[in-house]
Amino acid sequence: MPQGLQLFPQQASTIAKHVDWLYFFLIAVTIFFATLVCVLVTFFMIRYRRGAKVDRSNPVNHSTTLELLWTGIPLVLAMVIFAWGAVLFYAIQTPGQGAMEIYVVGKQWMWKLQHPAGKKEINELHVPLGKRVRLTMTSEDVIHSFYVPAFRIKKDVLPGRYTTLWFEATKLGTFHLFCAEYCGLGHSRMIGRVVVMTPGDYEKWLSGGGNEEPLEVSGERLFQRLACATCHREDSKGRGPSLAGVFGTSVRLKSGASVVADESYIRESILEPQAKLTAGFDPVMPTFTGQLGEEGIIQLIAYIKSLARKPDSSAPPTPPTSH
Amino acid sequence: MKSHYLNEDYSVRSWLLTTDHKRIGILFLLSITLFFILGGAAAVAVRLELLTPEGDLVSAEAYNRLFTAHGVIMVFFFLIPSIPSVLGNFFIPMMIGARDLAFPRLNLLSWYLYMAGGLLGLSAIVGGGIDTGWTFYTPYSSVFANGQVILAATGVFIAGFSSILTGLNFIVTIHTMRAPGLTWFRLPLFVWAHYATSFIQVLGTPVVASVIALVGIERLFGVGLFDPALGGDPLLFQHLFWFYSHPAVYIMILPAMGVISELVTCFSRKRIFGYEFVAYSSIAIAAVGFLVWGHHMFVSGQSMYAGMVFSFLSFLVAIPSAVKTFNWTATLHKGSISFATPMIYTLGFLGLFAIGGLTGLFLACLGVDVHVHDTYFVVAHFHYIMVGGTVMAYLGGIHFWWPKMTGRLYPEFWGRLSAMVIFIGFNLTFFPQFLLGYMGMPRRYYAYPGEFQVLNVMSTAGASILGFGYLMPLCYLLWSLKYGAEAGPNPWKSVGLEWQTESPPVVQNFETTPEVTQEAYAYDAQEAEADAS
Ligand code: HEC
Ligand SMILES: [Cu+2]
Ligand SMILES: [Cu+2]
Repeated sequence: MPQGLQLFPQQASTIAKHVDWLYFFLIAVTIFFATLVCVLVTFFMIRYRRGAKVDRSNPVNHSTTLELLWTGIPLVLAMVIFAWGAVLFYAIQTPGQGAMEIYVVGKQWMWKLQHPAGKKEINELHVPLGKRVRLTMTSEDVIHSFYVPAFRIKKDVLPGRYTTLWFEATKLGTFHLFCAEYCGLGHSRMIGRVVVMTPGDYEKWLSGGGNEEPLEVSGERLFQRLACATCHREDSKGRGPSLAGVFGTSVRLKSGASVVADESYIRESILEPQAKLTAGFDPVMPTFTGQLGEEGIIQLIAYIKSLARKPDSSAPPTPPTSH
Repeated sequence: MKSHYLNEDYSVRSWLLTTDHKRIGILFLLSITLFFILGGAAAVAVRLELLTPEGDLVSAEAYNRLFTAHGVIMVFFFLIPSIPSVLGNFFIPMMIGARDLAFPRLNLLSWYLYMAGGLLGLSAIVGGGIDTGWTFYTPYSSVFANGQVILAATGVFIAGFSSILTGLNFIVTIHTMRAPGLTWFRLPLFVWAHYATSFIQVLGTPVVASVIALVGIERLFGVGLFDPALGGDPLLFQHLFWFYSHPAVYIMILPAMGVISELVTCFSRKRIFGYEFVAYSSIAIAAVGFLVWGHHMFVSGQSMYAGMVFSFLSFLVAIPSAVKTFNWTATLHKGSISFATPMIYTLGFLGLFAIGGLTGLFLACLGVDVHVHDTYFVVAHFHYIMVGGTVMAYLGGIHFWWPKMTGRLYPEFWGRLSAMVIFIGFNLTFFPQFLLGYMGMPRRYYAYPGEFQVLNVMSTAGASILGFGYLMPLCYLLWSLKYGAEAGPNPWKSVGLEWQTESPPVVQNFETTPEVTQEAYAYDAQEAEADAS
């Protein structure tokens, strides 16, 4: 429905106002230079129009000083804008510690979102106000892009890997969620909403509705069903390394290199176990490609993550370098 | 009647087998005009669909095919060949006092390759369509899309060779065929600009041709290149694609800058301000332009630090364009400025290119690009550069050289009017899109939330004015072929070599090879005033 003329998006995240300030600064720069060129051109056009009786003697065709000046000033300004933009980008890219985790799976043409407590949503994301939220995103088919204009954030969602995005909402209400990367027939229908609630309401909302089980519980069940547990035993006596405490640590590889065991690494270990072999183990782990959907993988990751958190785990978390 | 390149032989065969760069330029002129009309028609349908938030005029499927057709046609079959293949082809040899390009038959082959590519592209669009967008992002294009992706990709692939051959021909010609006395720093800046452009064509086009071939291989044979499900990497496509397609922006804009340098000097009767700076800035743009492709991928999942490097380099590449703009402005100082149609187009170019260039800073700026990437802000920005910049310069150039190409003058009143209508229509169409983009409207949306409607209606209204503006030159230029006044050899009293011969030029361009004894743009404003009074 037509809704009258709106010219500016809402500011609803901690990042939004910073992006807007930089935007206004860029507008000021644009207006300054565009006006400068327009005023000069108009002035010369009128003053030096053919037939006007003005002094045209000794025209200047060349001035190194001027050239250096109008190379130098824009250059300095450009560097200022670059640095400002880069610092802001760093902030947009770096979620920091302690964010609430939400998993996002994009597919033609819907968003599937999953809260750690197990609650699932489609095309709708409920989040608490004032709490940092980190999204771990992947796609089941083509590239999509998760975009919330009111938060000024966007990140492409790729098949076969995880990308992440974070935000902290500062305003209650409902905001557009768009797919910003063209993904085919239903691209413009791949939209949804982000609902920002007070933390209290959010808790209520989480516990309402069906009795979903937490992700890690589903993950644990999968872990048993796929017989991961036969090799990955908590007492470290299996054919594979114990997974307790692995998440977030640095893992030594057979190749001598080491990697941080983040979501992407776990994902790869499950789908392509031979790609990065853990030092001290034989390449006996079978691939689970084809047996697991994106959501199953996410459940397993949540479970493995939860192993890292459990202090009462039967085996003490083994330092990863001892693998 | 004097014999010249047009009346020397009227047979169809003499056109289809010609090796005369002037005739080949005309062949390109006719063919790209046809593609411009087709691409424009697709744009009309797109804009009409966007009048209302609901998808109602055409189906989503048709809409996706329409904007893809618009993009593919305009980029690959109109903008990239536009100024180089028409004006460059016709005038580079004449500006350097040569008889033809270095490889006349290769030049004809360029046209045939272009036509073959164009017709394949068209048959793809007509026979089922393609809905990948002109960017062909994988794995959508290589695995998921329906439609004639292979056919269209083959068309783009073949047309690429046309571009490579044209570039190669220009480089060799400019190196080896300059008239006696025509040193590098006496060359018109139009020639410098094309020299820089040619390197991009020769070095960049093979990359896009390869990547498009790879898309075809994945699509046809299921070889895992870009689709992770087959073991490929979707970002690899984007890297290779933009490695060419960012520089391709300069294939479109550098020749336009060259045209503007010719026009601004002639109509202000002034030497260009800072000749060397303008010349070198073309080379700088071409060189640095190869290092900035990652600015299309800031939110693609490429590493944050790569993003920072690409952002930094993108700011650097903006500087030479700014330098050029200041030099053109300074050229007007103490000139004797007249406002013939080409000059009105030039002034329009300056304004639109300034906005286009400055809004490029928003996109090069990491923190802001995250928000506006893939929204209408980007759409507005590149239309300001590619339509506001390149098409304005192209039309300015067509008006400027029309008397030389055809021997006839176009009607001045209608010319000026068209320039102004286009300028106004253009701004009405694309300025609202900046606002839409910052509000968050994603591009390639067939239906959209209601709050975006008012600006979309404004844009469509502007587009109807713009479309009307483009039809005007089409009509009166055709009219002038029969009814236009005789132009004479040099109606603008230009000092360029191409004007020191008959209009239309004789087949061999010059009766005797000209000798160059002075710098380019040896205009004198005071003399022009004295002549005028
Ligand atoms: C046949 C035994 C076996 C089975 C079954 C098995 N794994 Fe493994 N897994 C291994 C071995 C051996 C390694 C170490 C070598 C390597 O990296 O491939 C390993 C490594 C891993 C790692 C990397 C751990 C690290 O410390 O680097 C993860 C994560 C993992 N497996 C998860 C799983 C999951 C989840 C399942 C079930 C879906 C599973 N594995 C099933 C044997 C197995
Ligand atoms: Cu999409
Ligand atoms: Cu670019």
